[in-house]
Amino acid sequence: MSSPEIERLIQMLAKLPGLGPRSARRAALHLIKRRNSLLDPLASAMAQAAQSVTICGICGNLDAADPCGVCADDRRDRGQVCVVEDVADLWALERAASFKGTYHVIGGTLSALDGRGPEDLNIASLLTRVATGEVTEVILATSATVDGQTTAHYISDRLEDLSDEKGAGLSITRLAHGVPVGGELDYLDDGTLSAALKARRPV
Amino acid sequence: MNWTDEGIVLSARKHGESAAIVTLLTRENGRHSGLVRGGYGSRARGIYQTGNLVSAHWRARLSEHLGTYSCELLQPNAAMLMSERLPLLALTSAAALVERLLPEREPHPDTFASLSALIEILEADENWLPRYVEWELGLLNQLGYGLDLTECAATGSTDDLVFVSPRTGCAVSAGAGTPYQEKLFDLPTFFMTSDPAPMSEDIDMGLRITGHFLARCAKDADAGDLPTSRARFVDRVARGARD
Repeated sequence: MSSPEIERLIQMLAKLPGLGPRSARRAALHLIKRRNSLLDPLASAMAQAAQSVTICGICGNLDAADPCGVCADDRRDRGQVCVVEDVADLWALERAASFKGTYHVIGGTLSALDGRGPEDLNIASLLTRVATGEVTEVILATSATVDGQTTAHYISDRLEDLSDEKGAGLSITRLAHGVPVGGELDYLDDGTLSAALKARRPV
Repeated sequence: MNWTDEGIVLSARKHGESAAIVTLLTRENGRHSGLVRGGYGSRARGIYQTGNLVSAHWRARLSEHLGTYSCELLQPNAAMLMSERLPLLALTSAAALVERLLPEREPHPDTFASLSALIEILEADENWLPRYVEWELGLLNQLGYGLDLTECAATGSTDDLVFVSPRTGCAVSAGAGTPYQEKLFDLPTFFMTSDPAPMSEDIDMGLRITGHFLARCAKDADAGDLPTSRARFVDRVARGARD
C-alpha cells in the first residue's frame, strides 16, 4: 500500500490520455525516483502553465499572452485566416511552417450525436473578425470527416451571407483531400482514393 | 453469437480513448450497434463515417450484449459526398432519422434497400431533392405512419386531391378541404405524379409534411424531437430556394 499522496498522484496521472492505472503507477514511480531531475521541474512547469496559459481572445489559441504569439506577430498576413477545430490542429499546421497567416480555433465540430450546435463553437467571433473587413481569405481546415465537413459547409454558408451583406470579395477555401506525400496508391484506403480522384486537377 | 452482414454506418460515437460505438443499418439484422476497438483511432476512423457501406462481423457472448464489430469498407460513400454541401446534409439527415426512429435489432430490409438507393442517387443524380422527400415518405410507410393519398378522406373521391390532413395523413379533395384549408397541408403535385423536377415550393411543402409525420412518429416512440441534422438540412434547402 502506498501513501494517500502517491495514490492521488497515480489517480491524477491515470486521467491523462494514453495512460491507464498500471502505466500511471509506473509513471508515478519514475517521477518519484527522479525527484530532482524530473518531479520538481515538472511540478514547477505545470504550476507555471496553470497560472499563465490563457486562451487568446482573438483566435482561441493557447498562449501565455493575450493576444497570442501568432496574432501579435506583425510579419503574419492578417488577411488570411485558417479555421481549425482544435489547438492541436493549429500546432500541426505551425509544425509544417508553410502557412504565414493567422488562425481561428472553433473548438470542435457540429455534432448532432453529441448535441453540439453552432452556438457551442467559436464561430460568432470568427464572423466578427471577418466583418471588420481586414480578412480577404478564410481557409477551412476542418478534419476530413462527415462532422468536420458539415461544419466547414456551415461556416462557409455563414461567411457567404456576411460577404453578401458587406459586398466584400471574401475568398473561402478548404484544404485538399487526397493522396498524402509519400503515399502509395496500393496502400491507400478506398475513401481517400475516391476523394483524390474526385478532386483531381489539370497538370 | 455472431453473424456477418452488410451495413450502412449511421453513427460512430467515441468510447474511451480510441474505441467507438458504431451503429449500422444492416441488411438482415436491422439497426444494430456494437463496439469497435480502435474505431475512433486515426487508422480506422475513415471506415466509420456516416453513409459508408461496410461488411460487418458482429460477435458477442450473449445475443443481448452490445458485442463487438469488425468491419471492412465496401463503398466509401462519405468520401464521395463530403465536398457536396447539400447532399452531405441530406445524407446526415437520413442517417440520423433512421437511427432515431427505427427500432433496434429488428430486420428492416426495405429501409436498408431504400437508404442504399438514396445514397446512390445523392452521388449520381443532380435532381435528387424530390427523391429525398420520397425517401422520407417511404420511411414513414415502413414505420407504419404512411400517408394515404389514394382518395379523399371526407368524400371518398379520387379526383381533385389537393390537401393532406395533418391529423390523419389522408388526402382531402378541393371541395371538402377548401373551408379548412388553413389547417390542411397543400398536397405537392410530385407526391401524386412523380414529377422529376418539381417547384421548390412543392419541395418545401413536401418536407413540411414529412417532417410533421416524422415528428409525430418520434413522439409516439418516445424518441424526442427530430434530429438537428434534419432541421439543418431543411433550413439549407429553404435557403437554396431563396438564393
